[in-house]
Amino acid sequence: MDPATLPRIDPDTLRADFPALSTHVYDTTVAYLDNAATAQKPRAVIDRISRYYESENANVHRGVHAMSQVATNAYEGARAGIGAFLGVDDVGEIVFTRGTTEAINLVASSWGRLHLHPGANVVVTEMEHHSNIVPWQLICQETGASLRVVRVTDEGEIDYEDYERALAEGAALVSIVHVSNTLGTINPVERMIDDAHGLGVPVLVDGAQAVPHGPVDVKALGCDFYCFSSHKLFGPTGFGVLYGRRELLESMPPWQGGGDMIEEVDFDGTTYNHLPHKFEAGTPHIAGAIGLAAAIAYVRGVGFDTIQQVEADLLAYTVERLGDIGGIRFVGTARRKTSVVSFLVGETHPYDVGSILDRLGVAVRTGHHCTQPLMKRLGIPGTVRASMSFYNTRGDIDRLAEGVERAAAMLS
Amino acid sequence: MYSGHHTMEQEAQALVDEFAMFDDWMDKYQYLIDMGAGLPRIDDAYKTDEYRISGCQAQVWLRAEDNDGRIRFTADSDAQITRGLIAMLIRVLNNQPARDVAQADVSFLDGIGMKDHLSPTRKNGLDSMIKQIRLYAAALAAKHNTTSQHRATT
Repeated sequence: MDPATLPRIDPDTLRADFPALSTHVYDTTVAYLDNAATAQKPRAVIDRISRYYESENANVHRGVHAMSQVATNAYEGARAGIGAFLGVDDVGEIVFTRGTTEAINLVASSWGRLHLHPGANVVVTEMEHHSNIVPWQLICQETGASLRVVRVTDEGEIDYEDYERALAEGAALVSIVHVSNTLGTINPVERMIDDAHGLGVPVLVDGAQAVPHGPVDVKALGCDFYCFSSHKLFGPTGFGVLYGRRELLESMPPWQGGGDMIEEVDFDGTTYNHLPHKFEAGTPHIAGAIGLAAAIAYVRGVGFDTIQQVEADLLAYTVERLGDIGGIRFVGTARRKTSVVSFLVGETHPYDVGSILDRLGVAVRTGHHCTQPLMKRLGIPGTVRASMSFYNTRGDIDRLAEGVERAAAMLS
Repeated sequence: MYSGHHTMEQEAQALVDEFAMFDDWMDKYQYLIDMGAGLPRIDDAYKTDEYRISGCQAQVWLRAEDNDGRIRFTADSDAQITRGLIAMLIRVLNNQPARDVAQADVSFLDGIGMKDHLSPTRKNGLDSMIKQIRLYAAALAAKHNTTSQHRATT
């Protein structure tokens, strides 16, 4: 869309949609800059979940009664909406999980057990979240396969030559993060997928930090698996999505057994339900699916053009304001980034800076951000991370910058 | 300050009184940070996994020595607020009889007006520090108990 045709954005109107942004901590309103950990929920999502519990609650897929039908329609309708958000028409390719972590565990266990063996390599990078490392370590231990870790540059970008080497060495699967939670780096996943596919290697993309910041069309990307968590996309916690190409999902054995995932159970042998239910044992998080669909409808209403415009401004403003502070060191200076700024101040410990910011009502995350190998690679114990969403304002960033200055003075 | 001439109760009350002098939370923080500077530092040679306390976002090392039945602590942290927290604990508990330290009342922490920060659910490691201090003290108290029993029977 031509920027000139964009509607004028009123940050206060957008903020008013998120009740939790008015929360008072200590004696002030919170400046919530921890969106990469979890995003706040718009009133539309909260209301939709309440409405489900108030008037639609029933178990799905099995009732003959009217309320069960309403719940099933809402739940499966949510699947269609979530699929459309990812550019997927075939709802059989949209598997519901508890989150990104469970989605990766599902693929590691089911696909991994089928395809990994001694000598096989799973390719990950140094900037993966622990949830895209540990499931692979577990299945590698079990199958005798190995992890091939692609190097990250000092700027926090994937060392593409090393990635090419990793592919050339032979890979069974590539499992990469779309956007780094610690650094905000947007990885060139299109090219990485194309290069892997050129050698017949399937690719899983961890999209947890990507979907809140821009449109993702998994069919255009061509990836084999894509996963994300609802709660970072303004939906409820405990819910997430695994997209998998039908052909792959069909070939994979079920992961967890139980109700809903079966067609017929017999002690002589059980047959499994069709996709996606084969991978969804037990009563699902119905309100989670419905809430996420409401969150997606909200995001579509705001529009990614608007979201990206606001977040690009916030990113630039954060770098500008923090950049003026003596001793500041930015961690992760990739050319393509989402609105995530990780930094250190002089010799101070991230925990000290984060604690003082907290007392000023500025919510940031400190520590290793579940990316200990990346911290090791960069030779630091952790960072202070400010992660912005479209409902943040320059005023939030001013409070961050003033707080960092104050902390630096106290800790010097 | 760490002489051990005061009882734990006296030292704890002194801390509470000192913090009460500051109205502003920032001054309390600054005082806590400054207190870290007076911490009896652990020798760098002991900054190993053996002396590291897990459960803190910052690294904390703590070592206990037997000073004739009294327990003497040295410690350090790579974060200043954390260093202040451990300094505060050690100031009250240092050079006290091991068996007293093992059962020490740390409710003075509630009295210094930083409850928001000192909550055990925070990832500040305070809980782990207290636990480790009590473990050291209990081990030392048990050792002395055995020794005195041994003396009594011979």
